[in-house]
Amino acid sequence: MDKETKKVLFEPLVDNNPITLQVLGVCSALAVTSQMSTSLIMAMALTSVTACSSAAISAVRNHAPSSIRIIVQMIIIASLVIVVDQLLKAFAFEVSKKLSVFVGLIITNCIVMGRAEAYAMKNPPLQSFIDGIGNGMGYSLILIIVALFRETLGSGKLLGFDVLPLVKDGGWYVPNGMMLLPPSAFFIIGLIIWAFRTWKPKQVEHNEFKIMAIAHGEGGHH
Amino acid sequence: MLNAEKKTFNFNEQLSKYYEQFRVYADRILALSNDSLEKTINVALALCLVCAVLVSLATVALRPLQSYNKALDMKKNILDVAGLLQDGTDIDQAFKESIEAKLVDLKTGDYVEGMNADEFDQRKAAKDPAQNEIIPVEKDIASIRTKAKYTKVFLVKDGDKLQSIILPINGYGLWSTMYGFLALEADGQTVQSINLYDQGETPGLGGEVVNPNWRALWKGKKVYAENGDVALTLVKGTVDTSRPDSVSKVDGLAGATLTSRGVSNLIQYWMGSEGFASYLNKIRKNG
Repeated sequence: MDKETKKVLFEPLVDNNPITLQVLGVCSALAVTSQMSTSLIMAMALTSVTACSSAAISAVRNHAPSSIRIIVQMIIIASLVIVVDQLLKAFAFEVSKKLSVFVGLIITNCIVMGRAEAYAMKNPPLQSFIDGIGNGMGYSLILIIVALFRETLGSGKLLGFDVLPLVKDGGWYVPNGMMLLPPSAFFIIGLIIWAFRTWKPKQVEHNEFKIMAIAHGEGGHH
Repeated sequence: MLNAEKKTFNFNEQLSKYYEQFRVYADRILALSNDSLEKTINVALALCLVCAVLVSLATVALRPLQSYNKALDMKKNILDVAGLLQDGTDIDQAFKESIEAKLVDLKTGDYVEGMNADEFDQRKAAKDPAQNEIIPVEKDIASIRTKAKYTKVFLVKDGDKLQSIILPINGYGLWSTMYGFLALEADGQTVQSINLYDQGETPGLGGEVVNPNWRALWKGKKVYAENGDVALTLVKGTVDTSRPDSVSKVDGLAGATLTSRGVSNLIQYWMGSEGFASYLNKIRKNG
């Protein structure tokens, strides 16, 4: 693998993560992460849609009229999402029931559109495909971390196996019900962003505005 | 023989002629400026065509597998409410062995003969003008507007002995029409279990209708009072077990008054004279 490909593939994991740095795709990250199994399926679905749609959009990029550019992208993304949804309903029915509308909502996931517009419209298909895989993996990584905390702390289980023995089954762990509700994912994603930015200080944004100190004795003083 | 060969030859020639024409056309279009109107329209049409074919192929090719999954899921819900579902149960096998589907005429309470109950689609029938009946507004306490004339019930049998009766129920909660099954013991009076398998109530509040702990509260409750009225209902908070009527009361869902009211209403409707009352009467009489 040459250096450029490596960069395209692995940069979205930490250095340019779609969730923690670009802050895209957060709503589905809140919704599906209460269980590891749904998170994994969602991660796979999003990764395949991003990769395939980026490749397809890149293939038609030189002939896409600019006036209907976004519509072209949307049609390709929407078709792929429907195909993925149908596949899940056929081969992973239980999971597709749990994911319910969120598979369909991949269409509106900003990561897919974002990569199409930012990368696939300017790069050849294979590279766009790899970029899609990379960004999908970046999304997956965060989903897996969040689900790891939410499922273990919220229900004492991981992928259905008992990890922390619950009090109601004679163990010692009292499950934290809040972990099963979407807001907990907000806190966990916030903590992950904090951790990433402590590790890579380059990601810290500069203040766009500076609050001015008002000199004493001015401004409505009486 | 010779004739047939000539025909295929002609057909191929025709095809390649069309292909040649198509290529000339495509080359001309592709060479146009991206922003010309003609190219925009052509690209849009071609893209739509390709995507439509892709989507239709996926839908049509996967439909048999999906409907099998759906049917299996329904069987699972029925086995679950019958208390026959354990980890690793072979669903098709268990369903075939112990559950029998029958059609009931709600008005008379008799079984309908001569129709295949297994192929009857209850939810479709409730929406089909030929098979449904509109519920008068004043009687529509479950807010479902229409119901199927014939209703599919499931009998759980152990050998020849009737173990329990599984009745389909539905009614409006806060956000959604909830669909479920109520399993009664063979006396047509004692609740065995409830399973509201399809609902869109608020997760964590009304959505708790699927919570196994709450569902366990239904076991052993009595549907009818001594005078024959439907007594089974949800109460606010916890049931006061010292009261004599507590045998027909179930704890309401905390923080979900409207969903709880919806559940009470749908029980009231489906167990009443508009619903299964006459059928259950006949079950009791015939032992």
